[in-house]
Amino acid sequence: MSDISTKNSSITDVNRSLYDFTKEEKDVEKLASGLTEEIVRQISAKKNEPAWMLDHRLKSLQIYNELKVPNWGPDISGLDINNIVTYVRPNTKMAAKWDDVPEDIKDTFERLGIPDAERTSLAGVGAQYDSELVYHNIQESVAEKGVIYSGIEEALSGPYAEMIEKHFMKLVPSTDHKFAALHGAVWSGGSFVYVPPYTDVEIPLQSYFRLNSPGAGQFEHTLIIVDKGARLHFIEGCSAPKYNVANLHAGCVELFVGEEAHLRYSTIENWSKNMYNLNTKRAKVEKNGVMEWVSGSFGSHISYLYPMTILNGEYAKSEFTGITFAGEGQNLDTGTKILHNAPHTSSVISTKSLSKSGGISTFRSAVTVTEKAHKSKTSVSCQSLMLDDKSRSDTIPLMDVRCNDVNVGHEASIGRIDDDAVFYLMSRGLSEEEAKTLIVNGFANPISKELPLEYAVEMNNLIRLEMEGSIG
Amino acid sequence: MSDNLLEVKNYSVASTDNVPILHSLNLTIKKGETHVLMGPNGAGKSTFGSSLLSNPAYKLTDGSIFFEKENITELSTDKRAKKGIFLSFQAPVEIPGISLYSFLRAAVKNAETPLTGKLFRKKLNEILKVLDLKQEYLERDLNVGFSGGERKKVEMLQLLMLSPKMAVLDETDSGLDVDAVNIMLKGINEFQQTDEKGMLIISHNMHILNRLKIDKVHILVKGRIVADGGSELIQEINENGFIRFENQAGDGNV
Repeated sequence: MSDISTKNSSITDVNRSLYDFTKEEKDVEKLASGLTEEIVRQISAKKNEPAWMLDHRLKSLQIYNELKVPNWGPDISGLDINNIVTYVRPNTKMAAKWDDVPEDIKDTFERLGIPDAERTSLAGVGAQYDSELVYHNIQESVAEKGVIYSGIEEALSGPYAEMIEKHFMKLVPSTDHKFAALHGAVWSGGSFVYVPPYTDVEIPLQSYFRLNSPGAGQFEHTLIIVDKGARLHFIEGCSAPKYNVANLHAGCVELFVGEEAHLRYSTIENWSKNMYNLNTKRAKVEKNGVMEWVSGSFGSHISYLYPMTILNGEYAKSEFTGITFAGEGQNLDTGTKILHNAPHTSSVISTKSLSKSGGISTFRSAVTVTEKAHKSKTSVSCQSLMLDDKSRSDTIPLMDVRCNDVNVGHEASIGRIDDDAVFYLMSRGLSEEEAKTLIVNGFANPISKELPLEYAVEMNNLIRLEMEGSIG
Repeated sequence: MSDNLLEVKNYSVASTDNVPILHSLNLTIKKGETHVLMGPNGAGKSTFGSSLLSNPAYKLTDGSIFFEKENITELSTDKRAKKGIFLSFQAPVEIPGISLYSFLRAAVKNAETPLTGKLFRKKLNEILKVLDLKQEYLERDLNVGFSGGERKKVEMLQLLMLSPKMAVLDETDSGLDVDAVNIMLKGINEFQQTDEKGMLIISHNMHILNRLKIDKVHILVKGRIVADGGSELIQEINENGFIRFENQAGDGNV
């Protein structure tokens, strides 16, 4: 039996895919040899995709086999790299019944107040969250404006095929790192969005619905093109934990923000706590364009997540607002990268990180200002809060400035929760847990303010859940 | 004959790193009484005030504390607060990201008689008026960027919203102008509307002390109560300072 199935044995009783997998002896033998060309060809053939995509997959596979696993961040030796195919295998046998979902996740759903009818869909099969109706309504209203929002696989053979070919993995090439290469070889599912010039999509689009559809696995690809002068707010995922059978997520997000265009990309991620989240997100912003990231990382066992913005045109702007909360058994390495590649570009990075019960939360930022980026501005602010002595927070801000007329600001603070503040709140009758939760909510507030109301509420709920039972 | 509200017996307090601060204090505040605690800087007045709410920065090395005749020596801060002891902080802490309004809601939920919905809002509006505080303060982050005067008023606002049995006011009047002091007096009067309330006021402000009915005055020097008396002590200190008491206390830390 492979390492990974052993590691997951605590949840195998509910994990149909792994359970089935270990029963199918033949499969094990066939797949154990690692990711082969044959498997990649199979994946491609099933999808009936254009020839260039198969080429892309095969090239990516080659790169994948050549690249080494990163050795600079959290330990991912728990991933069974030699048997990577375990994770790649399509999830056709995901938990179909609410009963099959692990207890802790069910408990979370219940406390978040998600009703029975909706829970069923969150198990990964069947109806979409909050009914099809919501989704179709959104789709109709945006479709009238000429906005395309569809599954990326189906779009590959539609009228936008050429546009996709032109952009697919051009921002995040397979050579970027081993897991980008893996993604390139085996990606599956995801969204494609195109917003035509000067079109304002007033309602946020949400990928939540898509991510839960059958077959959209943990290698989903999101490609968003916001054309000149257009505006879009895209929300990825949702705060409810996603129950996922495999525990590797190597998705890829590519965002193209045209001249004078405006894109906000919000994520509240709460993967189950056995997940290796090795996601790659990148945006390229043209002249006068604006890119805003709002990123909340609560789930997963290990995360490597550094959404990157390339400010490619004059006066392009980027704003990154992020929060990371690492609890017991979590090592979340998050941050952002900015490349100032044109004059008068500006970036603002503002992050908060929390750690408790032995969790490790590391903030990394890498801001590069090239020789071309005269009169650019960048400001980095990161605040870390450790809730106990067992937990760790680190900040690793890097700056590479190759231009001497730029404005660079940086501030960082790492601290423990203030005893005086806890005493003050407790003196008003709040329990220690309530006091600390309030302080943490306050700390996270600048992030929740950036979120649509329902997501802000859910984020606060998540914080409350994380804080519960954290005292004594 | 009124009942004992707060009683400390042989009450000795040290810092967590074992530096003795208060030595064998004995003090009883009855229901309806207003006491004043005076003393030179560094005497331990604020330590006493915050130790009454079991500030974990200090530890009780000897003695005990009773509230309404119940021994609360072992009770944590929040439990003592729920029994009805309130401390108005000399320097309230800033809590970023939490609005005064949501904080008040959270605090009042824990009060002895929780107020809900409309009643909460109604009472809040009345108190805002008494304290001459604008509605917009409610939306600001708790104490963040508040001036000294604003912080004191917000402490008084909490006192009146929670309406505890016993209020400890630590320098509630320091750094306030005459108008603000008058507003604080209005707040204190509002609090004292029922006869049952007890108060311990840590203050030197004649303007405020002269206008309150004071039952007892205690003089704290170098961690010891060196004199108990009536409001005549306030007059004496106003005229002569603490010299007589300091001489009397000698080298207190032995």
